[in-house]
Amino acid sequence: MVVSKRIVLHFPKRMGDRPIIYRLIKDYDLEFNILKALITPEDEGLMVLALSGEQENYDKGIKYLTGNGVRIQALSQDITRNEERCTHCGACITICPTDAFELDPLTRLISFDNEKCVACGVCIKACPPRAMEVHF
Amino acid sequence: MTRTIKEINEKIREGKAVVVTAEEIIDLVKEKGIKQAAREVDVVTTGTFGVMCSSGAYLNIGHAKPRIKLGGGRVYLNDVLAYAGLAAVDVLIGANALPDDDPRNRVHPGEFNYGGGHVIEELVAGKDIRLSATAYGTDCYPRKKLETWINIKDLNEAVLFNPRNAYQNYNVAANTSNKTIYTYMGVLKPNLGNISYSSAGQLSPLLNDPYYKTIGIGTRIFLGGGIGYVAWQGTQHNPNVARSENGVPRGGAGTLAVIGDLKQMNSRWLLGTSMLGYGCSITVGIGVPIPILSEEILTYTTVTDDAIFAAVIDYGGAYQNLEPGALGEVSYGQLKSGRVVIQGKEVPTASLSSYSRAVEIASLLKEWILSGEFQITEPVALLPGVESGITVKPLKERPIKD
Repeated sequence: MVVSKRIVLHFPKRMGDRPIIYRLIKDYDLEFNILKALITPEDEGLMVLALSGEQENYDKGIKYLTGNGVRIQALSQDITRNEERCTHCGACITICPTDAFELDPLTRLISFDNEKCVACGVCIKACPPRAMEVHF
Repeated sequence: MTRTIKEINEKIREGKAVVVTAEEIIDLVKEKGIKQAAREVDVVTTGTFGVMCSSGAYLNIGHAKPRIKLGGGRVYLNDVLAYAGLAAVDVLIGANALPDDDPRNRVHPGEFNYGGGHVIEELVAGKDIRLSATAYGTDCYPRKKLETWINIKDLNEAVLFNPRNAYQNYNVAANTSNKTIYTYMGVLKPNLGNISYSSAGQLSPLLNDPYYKTIGIGTRIFLGGGIGYVAWQGTQHNPNVARSENGVPRGGAGTLAVIGDLKQMNSRWLLGTSMLGYGCSITVGIGVPIPILSEEILTYTTVTDDAIFAAVIDYGGAYQNLEPGALGEVSYGQLKSGRVVIQGKEVPTASLSSYSRAVEIASLLKEWILSGEFQITEPVALLPGVESGITVKPLKERPIKD
């Protein structure tokens, strides 16, 4: 079964010069799309990847990463909406590049689909009540 | 038929009033017809929840020991500059006020994370606010410095006073330039990339009483989660604008200046707001009850989104230069569908005003009236209407030459 997940990778300082992603792809036959990469020398590195492949290979790939000291977080936990602050105004709808926000035509409430979110961050500052939060 | 406010209030006190929202009245009239509905319905409630920049609060903090005269001095609330030009301990905080060190748009687009609107929200929510003030000192008010926490429950007065709220219709915004722009109508993508609008449409207070026949000075309203009153016409009140057959303005027209006791309001309905690249503001919840005094008044409340039109204004240059004209005209029904066609292009639309919250306000106001707690007031004076001849004027600039 093919799985497709968005994950946030935190690379410890000492790893900057090792081709981890290359090995991940070559040895575990996984397809990847880099959504975000923040590599600063002498600092923790951050990468947001969309990774897909056979479940078995995916699991082995994740194990390879964690075995090498990479900390992994599921992306859906990273961009969240503060339901207390969201006023369902709808300003986010035309700003989001992946249509993660959807308006229910009957209730006029806005839903946020974590699965579609690629953590680009545009909504964070475009939201007037500042209801969108990033947790990297 | 005719009905008086006195009669309506008697029914309210007896728990017999028939109240519906401006949304519910649409189907009710479709079903029963105007005549029957006018006989049955006493009040129609309206609501809106949008960003309203011309808003603020004035506070009386009480005298310090020794006394200090803030008037003519300098006052900050949570580092946001407040206005200290009113007497010794009266302070005014405006929704757009910013901290001195806020970078504003020096690195564009500025974030405007915290300002006056946020201070008002926190004050209403019961949080402690840091007041920091300097004064020049007088014989009667010798003190020159004050640093203290204040809390709404300790203030003598905390009054929400908004010079311009509840715009009767407004511009619909688009951007034909080739750069993304950051405005009070949100982020506008280049080349007609998106359109934004801000109105509760068929639920909007003044769109349900387009000629201001019932809403006037002294009208009791839902304001910020509590009770408020219409104090005056709002700034830029513009009754003489083009109107449809149904009397509904086709562009920004009337406005309300509203007032109310902040102490009985709720931060769910007074929310600090940050408009990227534009500034800080506040989102205000307002609901106005419309007493059904005649069939004519009822007819106005049956307005639907499809019958409310607004001009699409180009914020990509035309707006800034006060250029007349529009890119097109659309109905709120079309805007709410999510897509409109402008200059042959299909453009996605988004609202900045929360319709679901407007529904909630109209429903809450309906409940308050049904419970007998909220009675309708007779306006002390009506707002200037079309016959007043008032139109909003641009600045007549007269440069000062040495």
